[in-house]
Amino acid sequence: MLNTVRTLFLTFLHAFQARATVQYPEEQPYLPSRYRGRIILSRDPDGMERCVACNLCAVACPVDCISLQKTEENGRWYPEFFRINFSRCIFCGFCEEACPTYAIQLTPDFEMSEYARPNLVYEKEDLLINGTGKYPDYSFYHVAGISIPGKDRGKAERERPPVDLHTLLP
Amino acid sequence: MSHLPLLAIFLIPAIILALATLLTWVERRLLGLWQDRHGPNRVGPGGLFQAVADGIKILFKQDWIPPFADKTVFVLAPSIGMMTVLLSFAAIPFTPLSGIAGTLNIGLLFILGMMGLGVYAVVLAGWASNSKYALLGGMRAAAQMISYEVFMGLSLLGVVMIAGSFNLHDIVTAQTHCWFILPQCLGFFIFLLAGIAETHRLPFDLPEGENELGAGFHTEYSGMKFGMFFIAEYAGIILISSLVTTLYLGGWLGPVLPAVVWFVLKTSGVVIFFILLRAALPRPRYDQLMALGWKILLPLSLLNVTATGTVLMLRAAG
Repeated sequence: MLNTVRTLFLTFLHAFQARATVQYPEEQPYLPSRYRGRIILSRDPDGMERCVACNLCAVACPVDCISLQKTEENGRWYPEFFRINFSRCIFCGFCEEACPTYAIQLTPDFEMSEYARPNLVYEKEDLLINGTGKYPDYSFYHVAGISIPGKDRGKAERERPPVDLHTLLP
Repeated sequence: MSHLPLLAIFLIPAIILALATLLTWVERRLLGLWQDRHGPNRVGPGGLFQAVADGIKILFKQDWIPPFADKTVFVLAPSIGMMTVLLSFAAIPFTPLSGIAGTLNIGLLFILGMMGLGVYAVVLAGWASNSKYALLGGMRAAAQMISYEVFMGLSLLGVVMIAGSFNLHDIVTAQTHCWFILPQCLGFFIFLLAGIAETHRLPFDLPEGENELGAGFHTEYSGMKFGMFFIAEYAGIILISSLVTTLYLGGWLGPVLPAVVWFVLKTSGVVIFFILLRAALPRPRYDQLMALGWKILLPLSLLNVTATGTVLMLRAAG
């Protein structure tokens, strides 16, 4: 009996507490920088496309929303087209994890509603941004070389010398 | 306005229905308030038109009668629910002058009778739906409402004894010096509990307990037929609240402000308390509800009748 009255009183006191609801369109929620939202394709520090059309993202995608076609230019691979169907995408981030060149990245933006489904299919020019995204200094071709007879690691054109792991020790 | 009965006959049910619709919004806003959220606040000023939007939506929903249902009774049940509640308002004195039936000399008995008939709405709905959840809900409703009607009637006897009348107008005027909530606090408490059970509101909403029975007696109902049950329930809350106001809180009596304002203020206070109960309390088990009724409230209300009678006899003698 007394418990009931106490419950009623405590519930009534909640009228004077702060609201837990975020009034979304007027009040924007805080999104962490690693929030998995709209997918972008980034460029390396030299302004070149990072994507090498390896198809790993399309393979990793559990809902098959990525489709791309490889093309070649001076021996380097590029995507001829790169298409993400955002009406299928579940924003799991597997494509970002699979990407060897940090080209495909998820951003903290989710406001991409459309009235028609076809408008949610983003082409390469919609996805490609001018910046480097989350990894400002990373360039795949500067670090990707391996040693072959007659060439050590880091000795090729536009290749950085390999990081000496021992100097990183504390 | 006893000289304008025709106007009152159309005006009062219209106002009650509008208020019952509005109450759906009020309840959702208040529940939000007590649960640290906002509730519907988008449509119109403060979300006020949410009730209108819901009404339009429910009007345009498919009005479907299941093929296995008993069609006549299925259609009849919600209208009985609505009718009995609206008829009850005929005897409620909102101001010294108003009320459809004016000063009905058996006003209280009339309302109790209408509430008794209101059980049929729920029971027939459960029966005509011809499905197990609806039947279980209807059965529970019958047991709950009939048993709580007993204590409701008994708890009112104290008030009737002090006022010496079944006329609600006389009962209010008898409270000029002292509201009946003071000498009849036990009766008030029992009447409030019985009133919640009678309108099958939370925490006593066992006939429609969502997590056990789907939606109880109105599981098979959709569209405006469901809407009628819904609105009848909210009109029932207003009815019980205005009865509490009339019987225990001095009805329209109050200083300075006009009579009808006092009546509305007191009634809305009770309505808000009803909603607070919903926000705060869990639903008891079915046997707990019955045990509370027959083992605690029935002896208490009998005790209340005896004590009130004794005091009145002693006062009359001495």
